[in-house]
Amino acid sequence: MNATRAADTARTTYREALRAALREALRGDDRVFLMGEDVGRYGGCFGVSLGLLEEFGPDRIRDTPLSESAFVGAGIGAALGGMRPVVEIMTVNFSLLALDQIMNNAATLLHMSGGQLNVPIVIRMTTGAGRQLAAQHSHSLESWYAHIPGLRVLTPATVDDARHMLAAALDDPDPVVLFEHGSLYNEEGVLDAATDSVGLDSAAVRRPGADVSVITYGGSLPKALAAAEELSGDGVDVEVVDLRSLRPLDDATVLESVARTHRAVIVDEGWRSGSISGEIAARIAEQAFYDLDAPVQRVCSQEVPMPYAKQLEEAALPQPASIVAAVRRAVA
Amino acid sequence: MNATARSAPGPKRPGSRRPRPAGDGEHRPQRDHQLALLRQMLLIRRFEERCVELYSAAKIRGFVHLYIGEEAVAVGVGQALREEDAVVSTYREHGHALARGVPAEAVMAEMFGKATGCSRGRGGSMHLFDAGRRFYGGNAIVAGGLPLAAGLALADRMRGAERVTCCFFGDGAYAEGEFHETANLAALWQLPLLLVCENNLYAMGTSLAREHAQTNLAMRAASYGMPAWTVDGMDVLAVEAAARRAAESVRAGGGPHFLEARTYRFRAHSMYDPDRYRDKEEVARWKTRDPLDGLEGAMRTAGSLDDGVMKQLEEDVATEIDAAVRAAEAAPREPVSDLLRFVTSVPGRV
Repeated sequence: MNATRAADTARTTYREALRAALREALRGDDRVFLMGEDVGRYGGCFGVSLGLLEEFGPDRIRDTPLSESAFVGAGIGAALGGMRPVVEIMTVNFSLLALDQIMNNAATLLHMSGGQLNVPIVIRMTTGAGRQLAAQHSHSLESWYAHIPGLRVLTPATVDDARHMLAAALDDPDPVVLFEHGSLYNEEGVLDAATDSVGLDSAAVRRPGADVSVITYGGSLPKALAAAEELSGDGVDVEVVDLRSLRPLDDATVLESVARTHRAVIVDEGWRSGSISGEIAARIAEQAFYDLDAPVQRVCSQEVPMPYAKQLEEAALPQPASIVAAVRRAVA
Repeated sequence: MNATARSAPGPKRPGSRRPRPAGDGEHRPQRDHQLALLRQMLLIRRFEERCVELYSAAKIRGFVHLYIGEEAVAVGVGQALREEDAVVSTYREHGHALARGVPAEAVMAEMFGKATGCSRGRGGSMHLFDAGRRFYGGNAIVAGGLPLAAGLALADRMRGAERVTCCFFGDGAYAEGEFHETANLAALWQLPLLLVCENNLYAMGTSLAREHAQTNLAMRAASYGMPAWTVDGMDVLAVEAAARRAAESVRAGGGPHFLEARTYRFRAHSMYDPDRYRDKEEVARWKTRDPLDGLEGAMRTAGSLDDGVMKQLEEDVATEIDAAVRAAEAAPREPVSDLLRFVTSVPGRV
């Protein structure tokens, strides 16, 4: 255990951190199993589960047919039956084939049964754009899931969260949907040696600052941090808040930040209309209107199905430059 | 894999044995068993008839889908299941719940939306649950329960439990992709799953021939590599025999089995349905095959049932239902202050 912990403190990638989390969960609890398309022999669509089949066997690293509704539903049933399934869906776009199971069963059974049926399932999926995969592999629909009572919706953006959110999610008696941004898998970072667990309820201030709060999550965090770095050269002191969890939403941390900086910019890779950024902006307006010195700014994806061509995709997405521009509007 | 589509249960069909006269010790258990089946079917029938009255009196609201005419399926299949098995059901599940042993009082209280209801007033008619009896609803998305049932079976499979998960669904659900995804997955992984298709010939108002290109449902199920049988769903003894055979085979590690019960609902799809899509003659013809009359008649012919016993049975059932209704009337409502309970397991988290 100590050896594992020591190894974890090395520099690692987001992908390796997720794999370490899966391995630890599989070793620690024989009720845990991983199920999904190509999680076994292929090693995971994005390489996250590479090597786990050899270590844990095909019963616990379970390749499924291309049947999102059936294997997600089977995960929910297995959770009802006392297991702790981790179900991987290749991308959020494909999760729509399983949305009935996630929404009408996983999120609903506890309530509909009057508190009798817990559904301790973790559903992992990739989200987001940036890899030229076009419209059916690139969307950011996590705000749709954040709309649904009964779910916990997590968006790990750092190697520490990638390493430790899964364990916390598996400890949760309720269904957890975990969104891994596709552009983060190769991101490197140093694991915090002191951290062996992370809470799921709190947002985190990733970069303290005094002039403006940039509120973001997931794949947009590195872009927001890059923008903050650039702005610091111009004397604008940007605070970056990582939401980490979209449901429940830790608005207290957001409001506390805004109360200090008096300015808010929300960066969200989802489309602006009906987005989580809209929800956050509304909460700021409801609860911190008089703290604001400027209108809330939003940087979202353009309202277009994600295009393939590189320049079009880049133009559709929030970028450090667009974040910088929004911050300048906020502090003007 | 011996994949077959055929009518069950075949020549060895125990249900086809004519009930013999009671009176001697040897046949007493059979008579008692048949009486128990009749009582269960009668309880479901009278329970739902009372629900109609209560609906008309606005004591019960929402969508109410009656099972009247289909009682032999729930009761017959129920005989093949053990306490440790699981049942996954649909929105037409009063019969499944009662046959599973969920108390009439808890079901009726749920219809009333009361705190003592089996889903504490959160579910109503379409979402009955009883975790202790491994009764997993109550799913109003047709076919939505099928993947869930496969998962319960998967959990048993992975833990080495010799348990069966029984999933009820209708011919309408059979047209959904979830049925086919689940059939494939269950056969691929050889899950201990008993799929019971209650083919009542109508998906709401759409007849079988207008919803299925191939109306031989067992044949299609067999194409997934699982034993598949069709049984007369109006004959409780035939359903019981077929279900026992299927469940025993599932329990013994035979993988998923499919049972199509040909049945008919005597009432409309729901209380809102004017039932314009069926001929009155067709309904009348099926009513001549009433599963309660069928068993009652057979028992009378065999001399194991008479007017006195029947009267007693009716009185017992009426007493049970009266008590359930009284208890439901008197039961407390869930306080509105508890509205947000059970959304998550952690109070206050939303």
